[in-house]
Amino acid sequence: MNHAAGGADPAHAIARSQASAAGRRRGRRVPLAGIRRQTLVGWLFVLPALVMYALFVLQPLLLTFQYSLYRWDGVGPADWVGLSNYVTVLTEPKLVETLFNAFRLVVFYSFIPVGLGLISASVVHRVAHGRLGTVSRTVLFLPQVIPLVAAGIIWGRLLSLSGLVNQGLTAIGLGDITRAWLGDFDTALPAVGIIGIWVLLGFCTVLLLTGMTKIDAALYESARMDGAGWWSEFRAITLPSLRYEIGVCLTVTIIAALAAFDIVYVSTGGGPGNATSVPGIQIYILAFLERQVGLASALAVVLMLLVLIVILPIQRLTRGEAR
Amino acid sequence: MSNEFHHRRIPRRLAGLAVAALIAAACATPGAVAPSASPSAAAPSEAAPSASEAAPSASAEATGPDCGTDPVTLNAYFETGFDLPFKLSEEFTKQYPNVTWDIKQDQFTNLMTATPRLLSGDNPPDLIRLPSMVSLVKDGLLKNLDDYVTAFGWDKFPAAQLAQNRVAEDGTRGSGSLYAAGLNYSLTGVFYSKKLAEQIGMTQPPATVEEFEALLAKAKDAGLLPIMAWNATASGGGLAFPLQNLMAAYGPTEPINDWIFQKPGATIDTPTNLTAAQHLQQWVESGYFPKDVNAIEYTDANSRFGKGEGVFMFNGDWQNAVYDKDQPEGVGFFVFPPAESGGKVAAMSAPLTYGIAANARNADCAAFFLNWVATNDKAREIDVAIGGSNPGGPPDLPVPQGAPGSVTNETLAAGADVSKDNGAMDFIANATGSIFAQGWTPELQKMVGGKQDAAGLLKAVQAEYEKELSR
Repeated sequence: MNHAAGGADPAHAIARSQASAAGRRRGRRVPLAGIRRQTLVGWLFVLPALVMYALFVLQPLLLTFQYSLYRWDGVGPADWVGLSNYVTVLTEPKLVETLFNAFRLVVFYSFIPVGLGLISASVVHRVAHGRLGTVSRTVLFLPQVIPLVAAGIIWGRLLSLSGLVNQGLTAIGLGDITRAWLGDFDTALPAVGIIGIWVLLGFCTVLLLTGMTKIDAALYESARMDGAGWWSEFRAITLPSLRYEIGVCLTVTIIAALAAFDIVYVSTGGGPGNATSVPGIQIYILAFLERQVGLASALAVVLMLLVLIVILPIQRLTRGEAR
Repeated sequence: MSNEFHHRRIPRRLAGLAVAALIAAACATPGAVAPSASPSAAAPSEAAPSASEAAPSASAEATGPDCGTDPVTLNAYFETGFDLPFKLSEEFTKQYPNVTWDIKQDQFTNLMTATPRLLSGDNPPDLIRLPSMVSLVKDGLLKNLDDYVTAFGWDKFPAAQLAQNRVAEDGTRGSGSLYAAGLNYSLTGVFYSKKLAEQIGMTQPPATVEEFEALLAKAKDAGLLPIMAWNATASGGGLAFPLQNLMAAYGPTEPINDWIFQKPGATIDTPTNLTAAQHLQQWVESGYFPKDVNAIEYTDANSRFGKGEGVFMFNGDWQNAVYDKDQPEGVGFFVFPPAESGGKVAAMSAPLTYGIAANARNADCAAFFLNWVATNDKAREIDVAIGGSNPGGPPDLPVPQGAPGSVTNETLAAGADVSKDNGAMDFIANATGSIFAQGWTPELQKMVGGKQDAAGLLKAVQAEYEKELSR
């Protein structure tokens, strides 16, 4: 449980169970007042975080759900409309299309970075030790440090008609396929996806690499003695041992894909047409341009439920069996 | 969205540390605390002059409320990237030293999203650049300026100047009470590179659409890009400019304005507009626009035009100063020609709209400033020199001129032709808050991508328009 990125929940769970076990053990010995005071002190420690959580997570969540039941422009009086905003979200083609686009982004933001991450991590793990390892980790992780808006702007330039990508293609004789990658209906979504791969690959690689270093080297040695090749090793030892890390990677990247906003907003704004329009963009337009706060909130709630529906099975699968 | 709550909820939020209180807050109807007063009932300034006060001349000093002699700090929100209001505020303080400014600035798109909160906030702006106004008026957030109209004699201005800033009781624009004023009045049309135009043999501006299309074909044949344009989502579909010009060439302007002003039953899907959209589609298919136009943003288009890419560019006179700087005496301008020779000309022309919050502390001083901008000689000079547009105001005041040979002088002269033909239109992108983002821009991009035709474009935009108005 030393993985900072994904260990929060289990760590909490353990801390909690340890705390309560300690409480029970002590409960047999100390008088009632002692428990009370200790519990109280415990709560006092948690209180600041709890207040922040309630103010900035729970309350907006509840308010979003509440707004989704109204027709409201954000300022004037609101009309109760029940679930009709949800009906609109699930029946209006333009809004349903954004949900499909979000799932198409999952391929680029999640599957490819995790797949490539596994490959690059195992390569780095095998080949690059010492200084080379540090350098390669740093280089791969660097995109994660760059703000997403800056990444969107830089890639917007690179992928423009006169950008570096097309210059490179022309230089190697592929001038015929050059185009404004972010302005073309067929390539806009994959192009946005590539920006996502660039950002998320480093995160996955570093996380998986950390997981790999934790695998007992003796396992590989004995496998090699049994005549296992790279692929067998990878399949029989590396993959199962990394199940937990892969779960964390999938969870984080899928959320990044379904809730995408920054990169898409800066690079394409949802266009051309609605080719890259994702729920995040529509929520923004509905709430702030069209001033349909209720409808925007309903779309946000649907998006949250979709994320949960996708994430929870992954959590169960990877966590339950990893122990 | 956590920062988008109504400001009046904040105290409750602070009190709501307990979950129970959170739930209580969540059960209250959102927005129930907002003012329910109808827009027409919005109280005019307490210091408004009596109606009996005559407004014989447009001179600001003669009548009406003013900024007094005590120190006043005007709380203003200006648009980033446009120097005009800043220069005007400096000059105003020079003339009225008791007035100082607390100026906040933001991008136009950010202003669009933030305006309702700014206006309903605890420190409502005395002056604010307004993106759109109907919903703001419905929510009672903007000051009704009718009393200032009579006090300052704005009713002597040409009626068309104020029409776009009027909102009627039923929420349609174009008539009713005045809720904003323009710092100046922009004009759109066709800019051209004088050098490239000469190269394709254009000796004088085209007199008909047919002649213009012949020039486009000539440019294409000469290996030049006929029209530089922008159509990326971030800037909005710039192809709406030529489209609306074509609409006004093939049909009357009134139905277009009715549609923009949300008159009941108005439609954009008319036979003449279909003809217009078909011409645009033909331009697209002929390769008259850059092939990457769907990825070109407004600033990129201007810089590429400035570097000599494109013979023509549909744009507005707010860009004059940049054109005159990039290509001194190298850029010309004409209003888009009519379909028939000698027909009426029309153009999108919109006020650079500024309004006053309903609860503004210094509403009188802000209104006095707006009147000063329209009537003061120095202010009008700044309006033309910095803003590039007609300062509007009383018809008997002379319009200052730009530098000799500047494109500003050409747009000012063309503006007179448009007024003579009563051809001013608002922009089709301004019909609703999101018709540009949800209708015109994606559909025009689809047309560029070969995924939408002229008829489908108008049908799709009309459907989006009706959907938005019904919500």
